[in-house]
Amino acid sequence: MNQPIQTPAPSTLAAVMEMDGQEVSFTPGETIYEVSQRMGRQVPTLCYDDRLDPFGGCRLCVVEVEGLRNPVASCTTKATPGMKVHTKTPTLERHRKTLLELVVSENPKATIDPLRGSASQELVQLRTRYGVTGERFAGHHSGQSRTDDANPFILRDYDQCISCYRCVRVCAEQEGDYAISVRGRGFETKITTEFDGLLQDSACTFCGQCVQTCPTGALADRKAMRAQADPEPIAATRSVCPYCGVGCSVDLLSKGDKLVGIRPARDGGANLGALCVKGQFAFDFVQHEDRLRTPLVRGDDGTLRPASWDEALDRAAAGFAKALHDHGRHSTYAIASGRAPHESAYAIQKLIRATSGTNYVDNCSRA
Amino acid sequence: MSNPLADMEKPDVIFAIGTNMTECHPVAATRLKKALRRGATMIVADPRRIPLAEIADIYLPLRVGTDVALLLGMAHVIEREGLCDRAFIEARTEDAEAFFEHVRQFTPEWAETICGVPAADIERAALLYGRAERGAIYYTLGITEHICGVDNVQSLCNLALMTGNIGREGTGINPMRGQNNIQGAGDAGGLPNNFPGFLPVTDPDNARRFSELYGREIEPVKGITKVRALELAAEGKLHAMIIAGENTLVSDPDRAHCQHALENLDHLVVIDIFLTETAELADVVLPASAWAETDGVFTNTERRIQRVRAAVPAQGQAKPEWWIVAQIGQRMGAPGFEWHSAQDVFDELCSVSPIYAGVDWEKAGTGKYHWPVPEQGHPGTPRLHEDEFPSPSGKGKFMRVGYRDPAEVVSEQFPVWLTTGRRLQHYHTRTMTGRAGMHFFVPQEVLEVHPDDVARWGLTDGGKCRMVGSRGAVELRVEATDRSPRGTVFCSFSFGDVPVNVLTGAGYDPVTETAELKVCPVRLEPV
Ligand code: SF4
Ligand code: FES
Repeated sequence: MNQPIQTPAPSTLAAVMEMDGQEVSFTPGETIYEVSQRMGRQVPTLCYDDRLDPFGGCRLCVVEVEGLRNPVASCTTKATPGMKVHTKTPTLERHRKTLLELVVSENPKATIDPLRGSASQELVQLRTRYGVTGERFAGHHSGQSRTDDANPFILRDYDQCISCYRCVRVCAEQEGDYAISVRGRGFETKITTEFDGLLQDSACTFCGQCVQTCPTGALADRKAMRAQADPEPIAATRSVCPYCGVGCSVDLLSKGDKLVGIRPARDGGANLGALCVKGQFAFDFVQHEDRLRTPLVRGDDGTLRPASWDEALDRAAAGFAKALHDHGRHSTYAIASGRAPHESAYAIQKLIRATSGTNYVDNCSRA
Repeated sequence: MSNPLADMEKPDVIFAIGTNMTECHPVAATRLKKALRRGATMIVADPRRIPLAEIADIYLPLRVGTDVALLLGMAHVIEREGLCDRAFIEARTEDAEAFFEHVRQFTPEWAETICGVPAADIERAALLYGRAERGAIYYTLGITEHICGVDNVQSLCNLALMTGNIGREGTGINPMRGQNNIQGAGDAGGLPNNFPGFLPVTDPDNARRFSELYGREIEPVKGITKVRALELAAEGKLHAMIIAGENTLVSDPDRAHCQHALENLDHLVVIDIFLTETAELADVVLPASAWAETDGVFTNTERRIQRVRAAVPAQGQAKPEWWIVAQIGQRMGAPGFEWHSAQDVFDELCSVSPIYAGVDWEKAGTGKYHWPVPEQGHPGTPRLHEDEFPSPSGKGKFMRVGYRDPAEVVSEQFPVWLTTGRRLQHYHTRTMTGRAGMHFFVPQEVLEVHPDDVARWGLTDGGKCRMVGSRGAVELRVEATDRSPRGTVFCSFSFGDVPVNVLTGAGYDPVTETAELKVCPVRLEPV
């Protein structure tokens, strides 16, 4: 029997465009910016976050498309077959610099502490790259810091705000909370919460997503900022949140021996860059003064007293050995932790099985 | 979870029951919200008007502990309306006919008399889930912490089996695990009925194998659960216990009984990072290195195996738990405790557990493997039950469950239902969150009471009340809120000064011995 002739679906037709004179194929639906990223071009952006719907607000990412009179925002413009794009011409670069001058005029600070948030260096880096000082349009200013919002987690330093709406969009699109909103337009624009109030009186859950996407440090991690003055470099260690079973990937920020902050991992399989208030901010327990720092054993007077590891471990082992000796194998029991890593539970179940020969072990999932 | 978290963005009908997800698994909830943004519809069943209920298309406010009745009513409608997936039932399940016969008795009108949800809403919910192309069920402890926890879960499985909503993208039966590594504690063998890898201890081959591996004859007999162990301890029939990282005294039901049990032991060893209420009862307290100080592995609710890493040195002389336990093992003369690193321990676990056979320390570090990973080179299993179920026949078995009342029901003396749970900003007994600035949000525990009930029991919003149950009483502040339905109140078990678990603990699921922490009749008195 004859096979019907297969016509390829339009999406499988080779889609090819040209970028800076180089042929490049693309997947239909890809934006010019996405193609430029794959090509290793360094098109500057400010309002762009790859998790969010394209927005096209800052216009730093403009590129020239042959046949079009005006440059287009590459983050919102889809690639089309045959399109010829230039990502870095002198005109574009001049245009970008001017835009940055304008943006920077709203932003007094030339340095922003990286502890403020994951994306906090974006504007600072562009300033350096384009040699922008901020003097050209000095005077204008949008946004005012909310010094009255004394919550200990999120600093609202709106003097740094450039109205890129990333916080607003991440809250709506990623978090689904719609806690942050925008009022006014132009230099009057300000980012705020419903009814202009304090964060804790709004729908905000303090998940910190706005902090981590802010490209200027206007929204900032107050907890991490406590360590701004510490001289050591910031180290980041990949780990997993210690709270619920979602298992969000985090980077632990430390300075020297001090744990100073938490950052969501954008490539974390479970969370894709999101955290909740616990994962983001509830880490002080680690180096809290209440931590147990030495083994304790109960003394003859009935109270717990500090002991050496040797003494405590001998006591611990002897108690189990005695129970087994005096009362047989069904006299000892272990409860494994649902918080400690696998190695703890594995070791403790082995301890019971290997010393008593019973299966007298459980974990804390029943209560 | 049968399906990965990524699938949460893909169902077209979501059925969330007994899960306060926006507070207890917040980041998972953000993924559900994305599905909603894409046009998915959501059914939420919960006694309390939780935040998820506010964004649901159908909200089913059932009375605490009546999930089976609600789910039987839904199954009835799905069967009656011919919404069953015949091909799936034929190919993948057994005992379907007997089950259908069974559910024909349980009309939504019958269910309404028990669970209080209007029959019309039960119909609507059943039709919605029954007609879904991709229907996904999510639940947590609101389903399991009941004397009928197993029946509840089986009722949910029945719904998924009837409609073929399992083993495919965006579907499934998805319990969300409460603690960061509660999944891992079970995987690693911290269970009375299973060796590592969920190998049944009663299988003589398994017992023989682990006896050889561990150098001691291990009886092929199920051990006892923690619940039973505490009972034996209270009776003086258990003599030594080691507890790792759990504040048993505050988190477990019936605190007075629990305290007596622990005090009655000849020898109690507690490993923890703080001197918890439980550690204060111990004969020996051993300081563990904390999260952020310890290398190891966690497995999350979607069975994803991930590495945790030390970023800072341990406080004082604190040591990793595996090291502490190994030292005790060595000092008891047991072989096989000569590990030098967390990696040694984890690799040993992988070598004895069939579901971890294809991973090791290095692969755990990628965070990309969902167990089972049966052999080297296997990519892992993000989605379970795609081809068969873990039963002898490989088929999913319909279970004929019936409704039972909770262990204790409201009476003249205790006319109000108390249900317990967690709050967003706190975790368990606050050993961690209580030391991390979270009191900014929730400085103290409150009892959530419907405004009508506040008036009815002579209480005042913001005032104190005494909550009395058959086992004890606690005092706490009242918050008038219509999150609580009339006749039901809520508080968390997180605050030591409101030890609500002095009240709970009427009963346990007969199969899993999980405590009925979600239902407790009480009386409210102004103070
Ligand atoms: S950040 Fe929040 S949602 Fe994620 S694992 Fe931690 S507690 Fe769970
Ligand atoms: S990054 Fe494209 S317009 Fe802002």
